[in-house]
Amino acid sequence: MYVAVKGGDAAIENSQSLLAEERRGDTAVDELDLEQIKQQLSLAVDRVMTEGSLYDEDLAALAIKQARGDIVEAIFLLRAYRTTLPRFGASEPIDTGDMAVRRRISATFKDVPGGQILGPSFDYTHRLLDFTLAANGEPPAPTPVAEAPVDQDMPRVTELLNQEGLIEQESADDDQEVFDLTRESMKFPADREARLQNLARGDEGFLLALGYSTQRGWGRNHPFAGEIRMGEVAVEFTPEELGFPIEIAEITVTECQMVNQFKGSSEVPPQFTRGYGLTFGHCERKAMSMALVDRALRAEELGESIEAPAQDQEFVLAHACNVEASGFVQHLKLPHYVDFQSELVTVRALRKAIRGSAANQEDPGVAPAAE
Amino acid sequence: MDGITNPEAPETLAGYNFAYLDEQTKRMIRRATLKAVAIPGYQVPFGSREMPLPYGWGTGGIQVTASIIGVEDTLKVIDQGADDTTNAVNIRRFFAKTAGVATTEKTAEASIIQTRHRIPEEPLRADQIIVYQVPQPEPLRFIEPREAETRKMHALSEYGIMHVGLYEEIAHFGRITQGYNYPVQVDDRYIMAPSPIPKFDNPKMDHMPALQLFGAGREKRIYAVPPHTKVKSLDFEDHPFTIESWEQSCALCGSSESYLDEVITDDRGSRLFVCSDSDYCRTRRDAGHEGSGLPVPAEPDTTASEPAGESS
Amino acid sequence: MIDRDMAPLLQVSDLSRHYGGQVGCEDVSFELYPGEVLGVVGESGSGKTTLLKCIAGLLPPSAGTVSFDTRVDGPRDIYAMSEPERRMLMRTDWGIVFQNPRDGLRMNVSAGANVGERLMAVGARNYGEIRGNAVDWLTKVEMDLGRIDHLPETFSGGMQQRLQIARNLVTQPRLVFMDEPTSGLDVSVQARLLDLIRGLVRQLGIACVVVTHDLGVVRLLSHRLMVMRGGRVVEHGLTDQVLDDPQHPYTQLLVSSILPV
Repeated sequence: MYVAVKGGDAAIENSQSLLAEERRGDTAVDELDLEQIKQQLSLAVDRVMTEGSLYDEDLAALAIKQARGDIVEAIFLLRAYRTTLPRFGASEPIDTGDMAVRRRISATFKDVPGGQILGPSFDYTHRLLDFTLAANGEPPAPTPVAEAPVDQDMPRVTELLNQEGLIEQESADDDQEVFDLTRESMKFPADREARLQNLARGDEGFLLALGYSTQRGWGRNHPFAGEIRMGEVAVEFTPEELGFPIEIAEITVTECQMVNQFKGSSEVPPQFTRGYGLTFGHCERKAMSMALVDRALRAEELGESIEAPAQDQEFVLAHACNVEASGFVQHLKLPHYVDFQSELVTVRALRKAIRGSAANQEDPGVAPAAE
Repeated sequence: MDGITNPEAPETLAGYNFAYLDEQTKRMIRRATLKAVAIPGYQVPFGSREMPLPYGWGTGGIQVTASIIGVEDTLKVIDQGADDTTNAVNIRRFFAKTAGVATTEKTAEASIIQTRHRIPEEPLRADQIIVYQVPQPEPLRFIEPREAETRKMHALSEYGIMHVGLYEEIAHFGRITQGYNYPVQVDDRYIMAPSPIPKFDNPKMDHMPALQLFGAGREKRIYAVPPHTKVKSLDFEDHPFTIESWEQSCALCGSSESYLDEVITDDRGSRLFVCSDSDYCRTRRDAGHEGSGLPVPAEPDTTASEPAGESS
Repeated sequence: MIDRDMAPLLQVSDLSRHYGGQVGCEDVSFELYPGEVLGVVGESGSGKTTLLKCIAGLLPPSAGTVSFDTRVDGPRDIYAMSEPERRMLMRTDWGIVFQNPRDGLRMNVSAGANVGERLMAVGARNYGEIRGNAVDWLTKVEMDLGRIDHLPETFSGGMQQRLQIARNLVTQPRLVFMDEPTSGLDVSVQARLLDLIRGLVRQLGIACVVVTHDLGVVRLLSHRLMVMRGGRVVEHGLTDQVLDDPQHPYTQLLVSSILPV
C-alpha cells in the first residue's frame, strides 16, 4: 500500500546538520578565524562587499566563512542582511579626487602629475606558484619607505584632458533626487545612474566577459585606461541637527576611468568619451570591466548603433545580478512535478491522437483535430 | 486585509522585526498591493528586497505574506499542493521563526495561504487570502523579451500577439498545448500570468470569493485579482479552453475530481495516481473515502517512431 | 481613375527633417488621393528614405506636417495623435512593406500566423475564420498554401515579400508605404512581384507611396512621380510625363542612365 512520503521537516534539519559538519571540516584542523579571512583573503572580502552592496569587512568575512568560500553565496548572505538594516539617510558623494592614494596608474600618458604609483598589485608578478607559502613561515620583510610621501596634488587624468576640452564633461544635477536601486525596481530604458548602480553590484564574471567582448569587436569603443586609482576616501554625512557634514567613516575604493572613442556632432567638435567603474576595496578587474560595459551601454545616447550584447541595456542589466541569477537558475531544483504532470498529460494525448489517426489511415500529414 | 501587526508581539528572532521586514518596507509593499488590487491584473513594480531565501524560491510571495500577516492570522504554505514538500516546509519555518504565527495544514482553517504552483481543491472563502509565488509575472515575456515594449503593449492593450501564440499551437498540434501558466484576461482588461499553476486550476480563479495576490520577488512585481472578479482563460471560439483529465482516480481517496500526481512505483514504469492536494486527500480519507490503492502498469508505446502528425 | 475632387488621403506640408547639421529632407509637400500610387525616386542619400519614415509615422519631422484623412475623425496630423492612436492606425488603416522582409515579418512565427496577426490584434477570435482569411490572402499573393504553417525563415526573398504584402493587406488598409519592395530580388521574380502589386493595388483601390531607386518600378506602378536629390524634390508630375520628357537636369541624367530593356 502506497504511503505518501512525509518528514520534510526532519529531512531539512538533518541536511542543515550535515552542512554544518562539512563547513567545519576536520575538527583536528584549526577553525578559520574571521580576522584571518579579513587580512589574508582581503580580495574575497572586497568582492563580497562590492557585490553585496555593503561596506563591512567583518560581516563580509563572516559571510565567506559561513558560505564555505562560495563567494556568490556569501554575497547573498550580505545582501539579505542588508535588507534588515535601517536606512537613516544618504551620505555626501565621496570625493575620489581627495583620495589617500595607494595605487594610481594611467595608460594614456607616460607620466602625469603625481606620478605612476604601482602600489600592491598582481600585475608585475610572475604567476609561479610559490611553494614557500605552503609552509607558514616568517612574515615578509617590510617594504622600504620612500623618501617623500605620495604627492597630495594628484589631479585626475580626465581633468587634465578636460583643460583642453578634449574629453566630455560629466556633470550631475545636484538638486535632483538620486535613484536608489536597492529601494526601487529598475525601469527600462534606464538612466545612467541606475545603470551604474546596477553594474556596481553586478557579477564580476558577467561584466568581465561583456567587457572583453567589446574589446574583441562586439561593440568596440576603443578604450584606454585613463586612470585607475585605489586608496582611502572619507565618507561624510550631514545630520539634520548639525546642518554640516561630518566624517563618519573611511573606506577603500578602486576607481577606473576609461577614455573611449571620440565623438563629434554638428554642434560639438570631437571629444573623447568616457566609461566609469567604481568598487569597494581593491576590485580592480571589476572596476575596469564595469567601465567598459558602462561605456558600451551609452551607445544609444552617443548615437551609436546597438549591435552587440554589451550595448543592450535590457540584456545586460536584467542579468547582471548574481543573486537573482543564482536564485533562478537553482530554483530548477525545486519540485516542478505538477507542471510536468500537465506536460505528460498533453504529450500522451497528442501521441494518442496520432496513433488514432494512423489507425484510421487518415493522411498523417494533416494535424489531428482538436479534442 | 487584516494584517495589522501587533506592536506588543514578542520578537521571535532576536534582532528582527515581526515577520522579518521592517515596517517601512511593509508599508511600501502594502501600497504596491493596494494599487494592484485597484487595477486587477496590472503588474505594479515594487522595491523587492533580498530575503533569506533565494530569488526564484518564493521571495515575492514571502514579502507579500510578510506585509499582510498579523499575530491573529493562521498561515498555510503549500508547494505542488502539498504542505510537506521541502520548500513549503522551509517557508512555513521562516514565518514560524520570524512571526510566531499559528500555522496549519488544513485549508479551511487558514486565513492566509501561500502557494507555489497550485490552488487548493477546497473552494476558498471571502475571509481568506491566497498569495501566489510567481517566477515570471510577464505573460508576454517569452514572445517579447523587452520590458520597455511589453509595458507599452499592456498600456495599449496590444495583445494580438498572445493569440498568435495560441494559433501557432493549434496549427502545429491541432490543439492548444499550453498546460500551465496558462494566460488569462482579468476583468476584460489586463492579460495576466496566473503563475505556473496547471490550467486545471484556472477556472478556480474566476469570481473567487477570496482575495488573490501575486508576488514576483526577482522580477519585482506585485499584482492582484480582487474578490469576485472575472478571470477568463484565453482561447478561440472554435477551440475553447479545456482542463486536464485522467482516466484514473486517486489511489488513496478515490477522488476523480482533483488534480492527480503521478508516482512511479517500480522499475517497469508502474504508476500510482494520488491527489496533489494533500490536505484535500487526507480530509476525504478521514471522512471514509477510499481508493483502490493499486498501481497501474505502464502503457506500451505503439506510436510510430516517426512523428506522423507533423503538419509542417 | 483617381478622383481629385475628393479629399486627399494624405497631405504632406513643408516637411523637413534634419540630423544635426545634415539635411535628411527639406520642404517636401504633396497630396495623395485614394487609389493613387506615388513613386519617390532618387539615389541613395537623396532623402527618399527619410521622407518615407517621416510620412509613415516612424520618424517625427523637424518641421512641417503629415495629415491623414482618418475614417472616423477626418484629416488629422499624425504626429499630433497620441501614441496609441498612431499605433492603431499603423496596424489597421496603413501598411508598411519594408525593403528587408525581416523588418516587416515575425520570423519565428508561421506564415499563417503572420497574416492572421493583425486580425487577432483587432479582436478576431475564431481560429477557423482567421485561418480561412490567411488562406485567402496567401492565395491572392500567389503563395503555395502548403507552406501556410512554415516559418518565413525557410522562404525565398520573393516569397517573404509576398508574405509581407499579405500581412499588411489583410486589414484592407487604405494606404500602404513601400520601401524598395523588389530590390535584392532576381529580375524575373521582381517582374512577377511588381505585376502582383500593381494588380492588387488597382483591384483594392489602395493608395501607395513607393520609394525606390529603380525607374522601371515607378514606370510600372505609379501614377505620379517625385524625383529627389539632396533632400529636396527637384521634379514631380505624372509618371509618363516626367520619364518621357524630364525637365530638371538631374532627372534627365537619371532617365538617360537606365539601361534599355
